[in-house]
Amino acid sequence: MWATLKTALRAIRRNLLRSFLTMLGIIVGISAVIVGVSMGAGAKAEVDRQIASMGNNLLIVFSGNMSRGGVRGGFGMQPNLTERDYEALRREVPGIVGVSPEVRATAQVAAGNQNTSVGIWGVSADFAEIRSWKFLSGENFTDADVRSANKVCLIGKTTAAALFGEGVDPVGQIIRIRNAPFTVVGWLAPKGANAFGQDQDDVILMPYTSAMKRLTGDTKFRAFSIAAESAAAIPEATNQIAAILRQLHQITPDKEDDFSIRSQQEMSDFANANNRVMTVLIGAFAGISLVVGGIGIMNIMLVSVTERTREIGIRLAVGARARDVLRQFLIEAVLLSVVGGALGIAAGYWLAPMLTKFAGFPTLISNTSVLLAFSVSAVIGVVFGFFPALKAANLDPIDALRYE
Amino acid sequence: MEPIIKLENFRRTYRNGLLEVHAVRGVSLEIHAGEFVAVMGASGSGKSTMMNTIGCLDRPTSGRYLLDGVDVGSLNRDDLADLRNRKLGFVFQGFNLLSRTSALENVELPMLYSRPAVPGREQRRRALEALKMVGLADRADHYPNQLSGGQQQRVAIARALVNQPRVVLADEPTGNLDTRTSIEVMGVFQALNDQGITIVMVTHELDIANFAKRKIVMRDGFVRTDEPVSQRLHAAEALAKLEAEQKAVHLA
Repeated sequence: MWATLKTALRAIRRNLLRSFLTMLGIIVGISAVIVGVSMGAGAKAEVDRQIASMGNNLLIVFSGNMSRGGVRGGFGMQPNLTERDYEALRREVPGIVGVSPEVRATAQVAAGNQNTSVGIWGVSADFAEIRSWKFLSGENFTDADVRSANKVCLIGKTTAAALFGEGVDPVGQIIRIRNAPFTVVGWLAPKGANAFGQDQDDVILMPYTSAMKRLTGDTKFRAFSIAAESAAAIPEATNQIAAILRQLHQITPDKEDDFSIRSQQEMSDFANANNRVMTVLIGAFAGISLVVGGIGIMNIMLVSVTERTREIGIRLAVGARARDVLRQFLIEAVLLSVVGGALGIAAGYWLAPMLTKFAGFPTLISNTSVLLAFSVSAVIGVVFGFFPALKAANLDPIDALRYE
Repeated sequence: MEPIIKLENFRRTYRNGLLEVHAVRGVSLEIHAGEFVAVMGASGSGKSTMMNTIGCLDRPTSGRYLLDGVDVGSLNRDDLADLRNRKLGFVFQGFNLLSRTSALENVELPMLYSRPAVPGREQRRRALEALKMVGLADRADHYPNQLSGGQQQRVAIARALVNQPRVVLADEPTGNLDTRTSIEVMGVFQALNDQGITIVMVTHELDIANFAKRKIVMRDGFVRTDEPVSQRLHAAEALAKLEAEQKAVHLA
């Protein structure tokens, strides 16, 4: 076995440049696999982080049926969730720790001589807790603020920076939203971009009552954010929410829901679906490159078998069996592809951080992908090395010895 | 005593499209242990075909070939390989050493395919011993391109000997060598034969055949003559004579 390996190494070393060029296809393919998978994994990790930043064990109830007729609606659909729904959910759904309605508006906001257009969320006092908002300074508004529709608000880091300057604590300042003065009571800690690339920190949160009364004039909510006690409580809570809303909305059993319930998991799956497309695409390119690399190996192995016909003849004459010759050439092919694979993995380790650094793609090299790439390269060696090796093994010793 | 090599009405026919070529048309032959046989004949006489069969590289079309009592005709490819490995040693005209591989490793080659496997240290020991037998122990780590033709052929002989075969088969062993080294190689063969090793050698040079003990001449697929060598040459004497002749013309 050791002698076979030594022979294979010697054969590869004999034509170092040729061996390297042969490996190149595998190197490119394997590094593409490593980088591609790392991009997919990196994007998924990023999405998971973003989804996690939305809150813990989060359920969101949207107005309208988002999957009716296979078409996604949702945003922009006529709000149809009411104050009565809100109260009922709060009272009756077991296993939840918080419920917040949502109304949204986009408004021009000004402070001093600065102004900016910003998304305004009208929510309950539970919302900050449900969505895991932390405070840089100040504190959340209270249930009392909600009941009285007080003109108070929480301000995101980006919005605060636009109005007051970078790093200036806005708590206690007055901002004018559509000319109504609001007092900033809390400065929200940043969350970064969400799964769809929007800046989550360009935001103002205020009591939903204030938003409805002073800004939008809406009487219905577009969504509820609900936090379950635990991941285990989510399915039961989902069922209960659906049952309560169907009852309140007087939906007969033969009709579809006029709301949609999405869990955090579903949202992350949706966001990851895009990444999966990308991963599959890169995987396809990598696969093609690996096949081409494999054919390159096959080609060179065929050349090698022809070149070394006489050597094969000598080996057969002194007693090598067909399987000995087969094994020798197979090991050589596998060695070529595995060394190529190792170099490809090294290239992947080098390329992935470059991609992050210069193109901004999040990447994450997993041990699984390295192991996979390595096994794939070994398999390529076996598959594409087999035919040339078989050709070598089936040579007639007399013809092989006479070969010039 | 059982002969080592026994051919019984051996025939070998090649089919070339519709044409049948009768390379060997019925040869019966016995070679016993300790013999040194030279097989002669023009090209097309069937001597190479017979050697291929004796070397277990080929099988008879009809008739029987018994090597050391084993009927070769009934064996498959792997069994033939095994037989070549254990019972036969080959020496070729073109030396057929692996290039870029040291003399020692070349000699170790047959043991790579021995079963049961020979341990690495044992391989080395036996290879060195074989090199010593042909007088090349000090060149063990030389590569073929660092050796003269005669030395390369001696490495090949060491390779043929390393598995202690029953027979050493030599196919035109001096075909690529000059007169002097040819005689030296014959000296090696005679020394080995004196130690009891059986040698069958194909050659077309009468001078070379006369170093053997028995001479078989083939023509048209038949054995024409099969007789002891009457005036056997001895390598040491031949060498001395050659040197004297060369000295006379200031060659040496």
